[in-house]
Amino acid sequence: MVVTHLKKRLEIIVEAPALHRLTDRLNQAGVTGYTIVPVLAGRGSDGTWSAEGLAGDAGRLVMVISIVDAAKADAVLERVYSVLARQIGIVTVSDVQVIRADHF
Amino acid sequence: MSLLDLATQNLVSPMVLFFALGLAAALARSDLTIPEAVAKTLALYLMMSIGFKGGAEVAKSGITALMLWVMLAGVILSFIIPVIGYVALRAVSRLSPVDAAAVSAHYGSISIVTFVAGIEAVQGQGLPFEGFLVAVAAVMETPAILSALLLARRARPPSRDDEGESAGALIREVGLNASVVMLVGSFLIGWATGPKGLAMIAPFIVDPFRGILCLFLLDMGLVAGRGMREGAKHLSPPVLAFGIIMPLVSAALATLALMPLGLSVGGAALFITLTASASYIAVPAAMRLALPEAKPAIYLTLSLGVTFPFNLALGIPLYLALASWVGR
Repeated sequence: MVVTHLKKRLEIIVEAPALHRLTDRLNQAGVTGYTIVPVLAGRGSDGTWSAEGLAGDAGRLVMVISIVDAAKADAVLERVYSVLARQIGIVTVSDVQVIRADHF
Repeated sequence: MSLLDLATQNLVSPMVLFFALGLAAALARSDLTIPEAVAKTLALYLMMSIGFKGGAEVAKSGITALMLWVMLAGVILSFIIPVIGYVALRAVSRLSPVDAAAVSAHYGSISIVTFVAGIEAVQGQGLPFEGFLVAVAAVMETPAILSALLLARRARPPSRDDEGESAGALIREVGLNASVVMLVGSFLIGWATGPKGLAMIAPFIVDPFRGILCLFLLDMGLVAGRGMREGAKHLSPPVLAFGIIMPLVSAALATLALMPLGLSVGGAALFITLTASASYIAVPAAMRLALPEAKPAIYLTLSLGVTFPFNLALGIPLYLALASWVGR
């Protein structure tokens, strides 16, 4: 049976113009990696939105996924929040199992 | 040609009609869409083409005192128009200081596609224009952003936490924005390689230009229609009126600024068009970093859903008529 290890998964939806600020903070916080995923469309407090046809970055959102050790999660979240406090975005934290614990 | 003739001719051009098609399709909730990556590529193509052609023109004419004066006029107008817009919005609407500053920044900056549509209209009248206006467009993109930032900071001083990051990130965003880099870079390459360079790549950047512009305008119509559908509820009547009146105020200021300069009629029409246009690519992205509290639904809908269609359909013919007064 494969042994798994408990980690925290941060899922951050952020405005595209603020993406570099966010990834800079993740790097500074010492996360070992992250994955950026495009998102297509959705609905929020200001109504529906869609990335289709947009030539500029405003109005576009992206998702950043990062797996971190539970001991570091609070410190990483504080850094993330310092960027996102004023921006449009969603941050969720969930428990996940990973196979290779030393990667995170 | 009378103003009415100019307006009629402009309204039945393929560009305006493709924009109208996109607008109608979005309002009717058609599933017609252009993928984001294609829209970005089309925008880069337009910047590349317009920048390169402008640079090649300057290679022929060289740097002139007129070019420097027009650039200076453009920078000053880009800086002061947000102040006028801010004061007007605060007086007539209930927008917060931060929203008013963000909206105003869009009107001080420029829209390169409105400029391109202006070039097509000027060429349609058989009027020549100065190639250096592309460089003028580039220098008019950013002063408005700084102006709006100063206005917003007067209303809400930044906290110690966000000040340092905002300044650094904003300088990078404004200076290295994709549209600015592409436009200025292509201009410099066009300038360095001149008419010979232009002849080498003309089959790519000159011949298909109008068709690609139509496709991009179709996309803009789709995005504008979607914005109007979703964002109209954020625009009060005074804010809507601002989207039409502010370009006219800016056009009047540009016309006054041109009086002593002696641009050609075509060049004057384009300078007025630039000044009257409102940004919808560079400034919205910069505003998300500089003034994130400002509501994007207000400034994006107003710039793209109100001012851009107004300029495309009615503004440009009017600016051509104004230019015939001050152009030589």
